[in-house]
Amino acid sequence: MMFHTTNAVLGLAGGALIGVAAALYLATHGRIAGISGIVSGVLERAADWRPRLAFIVGLAATGALLALAAPTLFERPTSSLPIVAGAGLLVGFGTRLSNGCTSGHGVCGTSRLSLRSIAATLTFIATGAITVAVTHRVGGAQ
Amino acid sequence: MKRKRSIGLAFAAGALFATGLAVGGMTNPSKVRSFLDFAGVWDPTLLFVMGGAVTVYFTLHRFVLKRGAPLFDTRFHLPTRRDIDARLIADAAIFGVGWGLGGYCPGPGIASSMTGAVGPVVFVVAMIVGMWIQRRIEFSVAHSAGEASANQVVIECARRPS
Repeated sequence: MMFHTTNAVLGLAGGALIGVAAALYLATHGRIAGISGIVSGVLERAADWRPRLAFIVGLAATGALLALAAPTLFERPTSSLPIVAGAGLLVGFGTRLSNGCTSGHGVCGTSRLSLRSIAATLTFIATGAITVAVTHRVGGAQ
Repeated sequence: MKRKRSIGLAFAAGALFATGLAVGGMTNPSKVRSFLDFAGVWDPTLLFVMGGAVTVYFTLHRFVLKRGAPLFDTRFHLPTRRDIDARLIADAAIFGVGWGLGGYCPGPGIASSMTGAVGPVVFVVAMIVGMWIQRRIEFSVAHSAGEASANQVVIECARRPS
């Protein structure tokens, strides 16, 4: 196990910010701050696609600014590009279908004590762990 | 004016979200994969990120919901389903495989997409294609299965005096 107190403190602080951001979105727009749900709402031109798009732009633009200020926070994926493309396809397909990802189910749903979200979260952590274990054995995705 | 504030606050929520992801280490795909590597050198950081986020959201969302309605809408739009079906599990499983392969979930992928690196751009484009494919499949399935139920709707409507 790799445990650093700094990582744990930064993790808690980052998580707290995510919680505040999700609560702000709920207070202003009345919706769950699930990134996959926000994106599919933009793609499907939901009635509130404008604030959804603004959220996504805020997410991407802030990422770009932070990467300039602290480049080490944004490491490149270790997997090869075709693997990353395949990963993206599966993430898009799976989240669109199960109506949620790490933020929607993992953070918002779990906080609301939704059994559906807790089940989804445990499932994607389990299959994610199996995938990492398999790719480490095969070594192909390294 | 109200629309501008609505857009501005949604942007601010996205900005805060990205800051949280980056500070927590979620925009580092190898760190995320290390969290999933229970059999290897397990890195528990993501557990703290989720713990922090859940604790804060759990506390704040209760106060928010007491207000009755959000600032820019007439009501809250919260999921109401509580059943756990095979589809939910199958699809969460598919998402998990993609998450483990790339080390990105949607938020960190988008937050990293304008940093100049190619990987996250490829990820986000592929993710949108994946969502589109899923929608196409769902649409064609609903369409072929829908013929029967559409007829039923017609019958129901005919039965009901308007």
